[in-house]
Amino acid sequence: MSKFLKNRELLLVAAIAVLLALITLRFPAFVAPSNLARVYNDTSILIILALGQMAVILTRCIDLSMAANLALSGMVAAMLNAAFPGLPIPLVILVAMALGTLLGMINGALVWKLDIPPIVVTLGTLTIYRGMIFLLSDGKWINAHQMSDAFKALPRDALLGFPVLSWLSLLMIGLVFLLMSRTALGRAFYAVGGNPHAAVYTGIDVGRTRFFAYCLSGALAGLSGYLWVSRYAVAYVDIAAGFELDIIAACVIGGISIAGGIGTVAGAVLGALFLGVIKNALPVINISPFAQMAISGMVIIIAVAVNARAERRKGRVILRKAEAV
Amino acid sequence: MAEIHLTPRHIPDRLEGRGARLLKSWESLLLVVACLIFLGNSLASPYFLDPWNLSDATFNFTEKAMIAFAMALVIIAGEIDLSVASIIALASTAMGYAVQLGFDTPALVAIGLSVGLICGAINGLLITGLGLPSIVVTIGTMSLFRGLSFIILGDQAFTGYPDSFSWFGQGYVWWVFSFEFTLFVALAVVYGVVLHRTNFGRAVYAIGNNQTAALFSGIRVARVKFVLFLLTGLMAGLASICLTSRLGSTRPSIALGWELEVVTMVVLGGVNILGGSGTIPGVVLAALIMGMVTFGFGLLNVPGIVMSIFIGLLLISVIALPILWRRARQRLAH
Repeated sequence: MSKFLKNRELLLVAAIAVLLALITLRFPAFVAPSNLARVYNDTSILIILALGQMAVILTRCIDLSMAANLALSGMVAAMLNAAFPGLPIPLVILVAMALGTLLGMINGALVWKLDIPPIVVTLGTLTIYRGMIFLLSDGKWINAHQMSDAFKALPRDALLGFPVLSWLSLLMIGLVFLLMSRTALGRAFYAVGGNPHAAVYTGIDVGRTRFFAYCLSGALAGLSGYLWVSRYAVAYVDIAAGFELDIIAACVIGGISIAGGIGTVAGAVLGALFLGVIKNALPVINISPFAQMAISGMVIIIAVAVNARAERRKGRVILRKAEAV
Repeated sequence: MAEIHLTPRHIPDRLEGRGARLLKSWESLLLVVACLIFLGNSLASPYFLDPWNLSDATFNFTEKAMIAFAMALVIIAGEIDLSVASIIALASTAMGYAVQLGFDTPALVAIGLSVGLICGAINGLLITGLGLPSIVVTIGTMSLFRGLSFIILGDQAFTGYPDSFSWFGQGYVWWVFSFEFTLFVALAVVYGVVLHRTNFGRAVYAIGNNQTAALFSGIRVARVKFVLFLLTGLMAGLASICLTSRLGSTRPSIALGWELEVVTMVVLGGVNILGGSGTIPGVVLAALIMGMVTFGFGLLNVPGIVMSIFIGLLLISVIALPILWRRARQRLAH
């Protein structure tokens, strides 16, 4: 039992189950498989972004510029499509991801080469990236009629009964899971966050690892930029404004420690799903959508309090045998 | 056998004089920048040097600067408070609600200040009582406090503030000196004295430099931090009174994004984001610089979002430049 209580992912699954049960009392149709699939699809973009944020937070950094990066990459994708409707969509996605990666690299380079605290860097680039959207678009909107049908249709197209958007997020979960568990870089993320000094002595370049974490979060933000713009069929300066907090919230709820080194892919996904279920349930059970912000605030505070209790160690036992004697 | 080179180390037998240190400080650099911007503005626009225009310009930064003083102390102590803009929104909503119930100006002021204090106390309790990281807690309360105003207001707005209430944001104490500017100057003095001339101020620096050492030297770390979060809450309440009075209405999106501008102001003022160093005169100068830049751009018809690019670049470059400068000097020394 105590082992179960210590497993954050299982605890979170239980919390989501309780949440769903409570909603079912008022509105049974919510847990119909088709509706749950719809909720997952609606949360897909948040899941993809949370994966990138997780890598950054694992290395003891933070990326506040993800939503601005998303908006800028999305705007460029939309403008590209509006100017050259014939351009194949995979190429547009590639451009959005490349731009997102470039923006992530700027964050990473400032953190790596100049040793500027990550929160300051991304606070600065957050406003700069948003401002650049205005300069690029002149404050104008790119509306649905300016986008080609293929551009708008891709995330919605059904593949084996599920939208491409859902498949894409599943693919990203799989890829990031492999990166985290099967590659040296994934191990390095944990090592750098767990103990940066020890990481140096094991031959890991701390700055470079952080740089790659920002590249990953940038690339995923770029991908989400295309997905967001094509899904909602509109691009303007303020899309996804304030969404960076939702992304961090998803990570915190998912048990990813803001002090670095602790967290799993499953946690990030479940944290995002928890927020997604709440967001989709509120209108169903007749609570004003305006309440969503306050609820996610409460959830963040509760989650961080619960996680902090689990993380608090009594002091580490270095020599197990000596302790036993 | 390889020869061993001993590199001589110069240990100065005395530190540089007070004047030399003052001359090389971050604050004097800021002062030069402020003077240059002032000069540039007055050359760029013929309307800039009018006393009433300058007085109007102060409204750009006075409310943010009030919070920045308290935020500077919080950041020097190694913490951060990202919920200040949301406290403004919640305090403003509470005051707007009280107006609908028929309360008058003194009660409104009391409500604004106490909502700020309560929010600050909530932050402080979560951070010092439960030992949670301040950045996550205040991101949470940032959502929570503004979320509460959204629940109360939705897409509506509170208006109809009493006439006497408008004095805080629109009134003048003497000639061109507005109430807000006077308050800004008074608070600058108070915070300067508290930080640089009292035991409490020394404790703030000590905590920021080494929390454990501070604890062992007899400083009540948790209590000092709690007071700091109370102060930011109180200042946010005060700023909320001024801003609400100046705008004459309350929407839940009031002061959106101000937390970033306040942090920028503090960091631009030379406060180390990692804690342990920084001064109030630096923050005052940073407030003046940011206020003059935004006002100057406004006179030149530059849109607000372009100004924000400039602020972002300013934030990154003021931190990057000293680092690059130090590296260049080290390279020259070798």
